[in-house]
Amino acid sequence: MWLRGMRKVRLPVNLNVKSLRSSLQSARASLGNALIVTRREVSDSLRDWRILSPIIIMTLIFPALAQLAADKFMAFVQGHGARLIGERTIPFLLMVVGFFPISISMVIALETFVGEKERRSLEPLLATPLTNTELYIGKTLAAMIPPLVASYSGMAVYLVGLRFGELRWWPGTELLVQIVLLTTAQALVMVSAAVVISSQTTSVRAANLLASFIVVPAALLVQLESVIMFFAAYDALWSIFVGLLVAAVLLVRMGAHIFNREELLGRELDVINVAWAWEIFWGHFRGEGRFDLWGWWRREVLGAAGKLWKPAIAIVLCLIAGFGVGWSYAQDPAFHIPLDEMDTDTWLDNFVMVYELAGGGSSLIPLIIWQNLRVLLVGLVLAVFTFGVGAAVIVMAPLMILGFILAQFVNTGVSPVIFLAAVLPHSVIEIPAAVIASAAALRLGAVLIRPPRGQTVGEAWLVALAETLQVWIGLVLPMLMVSAMIEAWITPRVVMIALGG
Amino acid sequence: MIETEGLTKDFGDFRAVDGLTIKVEPGTVLALLGPNGAGKTTTVRMLTSILRPTAGRATVAGYDVTTQPVEVRAHVGVLTEHHGLYLRMRALDYLDFFGRIYHIPDELRRRRAVELMHRFGLGDSVNRRLGEYSKGMRQKLALVRALLHDPPVLLLDEPTSAMDPGSARQVRDAIQELRRDERTIIITTHNLVEAQELSDEIAIISHGRIIAHGTFRELSERLLGPPLMELRVRGQVNGVAQELSDLVEVVSEDTDRIRYVTVEPERVNPLVIRRLIGLGVDVVTLSEVPQSLEDVYLRVVEGDEKGEVAGEFEREVA
Repeated sequence: MWLRGMRKVRLPVNLNVKSLRSSLQSARASLGNALIVTRREVSDSLRDWRILSPIIIMTLIFPALAQLAADKFMAFVQGHGARLIGERTIPFLLMVVGFFPISISMVIALETFVGEKERRSLEPLLATPLTNTELYIGKTLAAMIPPLVASYSGMAVYLVGLRFGELRWWPGTELLVQIVLLTTAQALVMVSAAVVISSQTTSVRAANLLASFIVVPAALLVQLESVIMFFAAYDALWSIFVGLLVAAVLLVRMGAHIFNREELLGRELDVINVAWAWEIFWGHFRGEGRFDLWGWWRREVLGAAGKLWKPAIAIVLCLIAGFGVGWSYAQDPAFHIPLDEMDTDTWLDNFVMVYELAGGGSSLIPLIIWQNLRVLLVGLVLAVFTFGVGAAVIVMAPLMILGFILAQFVNTGVSPVIFLAAVLPHSVIEIPAAVIASAAALRLGAVLIRPPRGQTVGEAWLVALAETLQVWIGLVLPMLMVSAMIEAWITPRVVMIALGG
Repeated sequence: MIETEGLTKDFGDFRAVDGLTIKVEPGTVLALLGPNGAGKTTTVRMLTSILRPTAGRATVAGYDVTTQPVEVRAHVGVLTEHHGLYLRMRALDYLDFFGRIYHIPDELRRRRAVELMHRFGLGDSVNRRLGEYSKGMRQKLALVRALLHDPPVLLLDEPTSAMDPGSARQVRDAIQELRRDERTIIITTHNLVEAQELSDEIAIISHGRIIAHGTFRELSERLLGPPLMELRVRGQVNGVAQELSDLVEVVSEDTDRIRYVTVEPERVNPLVIRRLIGLGVDVVTLSEVPQSLEDVYLRVVEGDEKGEVAGEFEREVA
């Protein structure tokens, strides 16, 4: 038997030298195993003319064409006194030259993951001692290396052509680094997304159909980058790079989790099993046994809410961060609001005017509920597509505003009592409701990345959806109704008292 | 050695394998038989640590399939239902790839690959691309892949299904040799003649449950009754059946032959011959009527479908 280097990768728990060394050795052995797969897959890809020919075209011919286009375009715009437009276009073409080859990485990824599943050549590989992680890394690298080499080579061809051609152009180091890093991050995002898609399909055809979920956002991103580059706001490219890295990390994590033997062989057909999905959802939403509303609320709603304590902590931290961001923005003199120039009568007049414009009293209640619900629903929908991040970002916005306004009171020396009177009475219920709703949304998105052990992604998501609805219906909605009533009936009176009205 | 206890696998609401308990000793071939969808492939996948059991436990070559999956897979050679070869690769490169995964030293890897290919009659095709291989050759190469790392446990799914008779003979001989070499082998097959020839034990699985398990003789006796003997005499058998009625149960009588069943052929047959000689009857032959695994299999599976034998065998297996 030859068992050298077949240990599982484990994260170092005890940070002593011995365990660190052992972990490093283990990681090295695992990488070695992964590279065995990578080598085979890369050489197999390079034997396939359908992959090889576009790579050659995009590495050699397309950059040369792009360089020619840059020359001609520059000459044309210069002739019309618009040299700036030409200068802003050249770096964009560099990025396009780099982007086109990496779009092939997605094709290779779909081919290497789902293609192998379709050809039934995956099972012998799954029967070897390679771990799921080793297979995943090996295949991901195999999907990325040829297109990235083609991408870097294409950019080199384009740049060399420009440097030694008529234009004698060469980008700044920072811009060059940005474009190379963006290209690499985009490749990683596309490949990791392709792996996620591959794990949910059993045929290349189905995977190609789903691939539009990757291609369309990637194309939109390139358009956004082109606008940014046209306005030479190159710093913004760093933000996109960081965003891509976050997306890549989330997708890699999700891919690594769902690329496992159980998921790969457990799925037989790309069919939507509505009856099964409904059964899972309804079974968890309704709960077991005879239905009675009070029992359901106590058992199911409170049970589901109890599972939210970790995401709730994350949301609370986000709210604090949002408040802090708002507060810090208020320190910028450019955003200064002269509250100290307003007297009590002006405050009172303004408040009464706003209150009456909004309809006042009971008619405000449905509006307030709908407004709060709408924001939380947007967060919920965004959470599904952003692995939960969207829910946290949306709920941060009101706290940023609160932090900003409170800081204005403090900075101008005006007593914040009016502000607190206008916020606190209903916020005592509204903010916890928002925290619970957003925590459930965060969990609903995050469960896609790491479903509980023993559950498939679909099953885990349906369970999380059922629990989200339980919490929303059983807790969030009643709390929002109560807070809206307080906001409509009690808060105005408290504000009036604070204003001495 | 393979040992399972209450091994169970659910896919959602569907129970693919239901409380499977078997023990296969080294140097033993177990034939896992059953209709399509009975749970054979799922069982093999669990024994290879590809699928995680929902319940129960299993050890393969001394390693637990749930907690030591890497070690299990390192000690098992698997011939999968679909051979899944990389058709653009050359045969030796393909084996080299798998040899690297098993960390077989460079020189040994190549030597062993070539040796195995020669042994299975693929010696002339070591450098051909696998896309040029015939179906039978692909199957043999997949078997070479399974044997490459010299595993103590072999799980072979339909090992000769696509082969011509000569190649199938080669593979069957190889399996016999591996058994003599104290390997633990499970074959799943629909070829009952092959299963009867190769296996020491047979397990018939249906709807995820083992409904019959034992040696062929045990199953045959249990299901088809005591051995059926055929006696041929010179001349006619008139009145002979009556003379033997206290010794055996005569089931049929023809001009020059009678058939009877006995639970103790070793004790009863000599008595039968002695009595016939005493009666002046010339015995030409006395032989056991061969019963096939097909008879046993059909009896078990059809009985299970009708709900006739399942209970009986479940008790015996337990």
